[in-house]
Amino acid sequence: MTAKQARNIAFSALVLIAAAIWIFPLYWALTTSLRSENRVVSEGAGVLMDELNVSAYIDVLSNSKLPMWYLNSVGTSLIITVIVLITGMMCAYALSQLRFPGRKALYLIVVGSFMVPVPALYVAQFVLMSDLGLINTWWGIILPQLIVPVVVIVYKQFFDAIPKEMREAVLLDGGGEFTLLFKLYLPLNWGITAALAIITFISAWNNFFWPFLVVTSESMMTIPVGITQVNDSFGVFYARMMALALLAAAPVIIGYLIFQKRVTEAVMISAGVKG
Amino acid sequence: MSTAKRRRRELRNAALMVGPFVLILLIFFLYPTYKVIALSFTDAPLIGEGEWIGLANYAKLLNDKLFYTSIWNNFYFVLLTVIPTTVIALLIALAVSKLKGRMQALILTLFFLPYVLPVSVVTLIWAWMLDFQFGILQPLIEAVTGKSVPVFKNPHWVMPMIAVVTIWWTNGFNVLLMIAGLRNIPTDLYEAAALDGATAWQRFWRVTWPLLWPVTALVLTLQLILQLKLFDQVYLLSKGGPFNSSYVVLMQMYREAFQLNNGGYASAIAMVLFLIIVIVSVLQFQLLRIGGRRK
Repeated sequence: MTAKQARNIAFSALVLIAAAIWIFPLYWALTTSLRSENRVVSEGAGVLMDELNVSAYIDVLSNSKLPMWYLNSVGTSLIITVIVLITGMMCAYALSQLRFPGRKALYLIVVGSFMVPVPALYVAQFVLMSDLGLINTWWGIILPQLIVPVVVIVYKQFFDAIPKEMREAVLLDGGGEFTLLFKLYLPLNWGITAALAIITFISAWNNFFWPFLVVTSESMMTIPVGITQVNDSFGVFYARMMALALLAAAPVIIGYLIFQKRVTEAVMISAGVKG
Repeated sequence: MSTAKRRRRELRNAALMVGPFVLILLIFFLYPTYKVIALSFTDAPLIGEGEWIGLANYAKLLNDKLFYTSIWNNFYFVLLTVIPTTVIALLIALAVSKLKGRMQALILTLFFLPYVLPVSVVTLIWAWMLDFQFGILQPLIEAVTGKSVPVFKNPHWVMPMIAVVTIWWTNGFNVLLMIAGLRNIPTDLYEAAALDGATAWQRFWRVTWPLLWPVTALVLTLQLILQLKLFDQVYLLSKGGPFNSSYVVLMQMYREAFQLNNGGYASAIAMVLFLIIVIVSVLQFQLLRIGGRRK
């Protein structure tokens, strides 16, 4: 082994140790959740994952409203993702391919809306939801989260890049604009659609502030809000708290591990950086 | 088909396609934006009508000690997070980009993973890690300070610790952007520099740093805006305490609107945050652009 190889291995090992320290909080949460409550608070229990006790998980699943919060989170996040993608895609198509009065103004508003800090609108949005009678409902959670300007901007960039000749061919065959969008532009951009869908879903799933404001009844809460309620009723039961935290995070962690490439692609594209 | 007819059809199609998005934008974004501005000139409660009181809310803000505390804490938090997270992300990205294949993928996954977690999961885990009695990090704190510290109940520790938690949570995003930036630097530049006998240190400052600057500037800007919007972590870890030492602008907006029922005053607070973010992002964007051009 040359000196250079040895240096490379040492370097890799060093980075691996740093990464292990970085992820330690998650490891520690998992280890804690798999222990009995007594063991968790006993002296000298060690940091090794030497116990696989799932009682905390069973307890949390049967004694909290977690299943209900899952349903609320899955439902609202899915609806948000579908509506955001469809409306954003159609708007981007029109901005990219059609000429109509107000096109420039609309694009400027979409780009400019980036600068508005969304939480600054929460008071007014709350009043609006209350006027519409949507406090403590799915639609109350969903509606203000439907504005995701980055989806429009990204789609527009990708639609702009499609050669005009392909368009002409479809038009000659007698296809209309909707045919063009759903038979040509969308299929050419499935990759970016998947990426945008994942990132929209994750941010809707993780949103805390808005659902926290608009939902007060425990049975309507989403996961990130719901699990903060249990905090108060459990007292100091750490294994159960960590089981709860990990159950709440499981869908996004698993989703990320499966769609890793898409997630990283989406993060980069939405920040305006080419990977 | 005549041109006029085709043009009519194009307009109809455009309306149909833009319609849903524009409708949502109007009702749930532009209208609330107008409403917040309007509310900030009234004494309205959260729900219900108020009287027009002109600039009284803003005048009240100028004499509100808690508001100055909030603003100060926001900037303190920006100081604690923005540059540190950028430096940490750069170091991690440089290290990760030196690795290859599966090892690189694994390390990147480990560093990125916290970013996908919901904020309340992050705060639950860190509250446990730093628990006064049983937290696994307390021995470490004890080793440094000589005693255990209830970090989220201590006015000196609370903001730095919320910053640590925040950096841990959001850093993966910055790492990704930095790695993308590093990949876009042509490798022949490094080869040329190496041929000229440049040291690793020189290669970093003469090649990597200037060429990475656009991405670094992007990370700095995005972080600055993100961290000014701090609320979730503070609410979940310290509720703004102790003694308002982690009270921030959005915390005050939340409390005025939803606990003290002052919709008008809360809207004025929101407007100030709005203005700060617009000014800061325009300023920083300009500054960074000039800085980048000089390089």
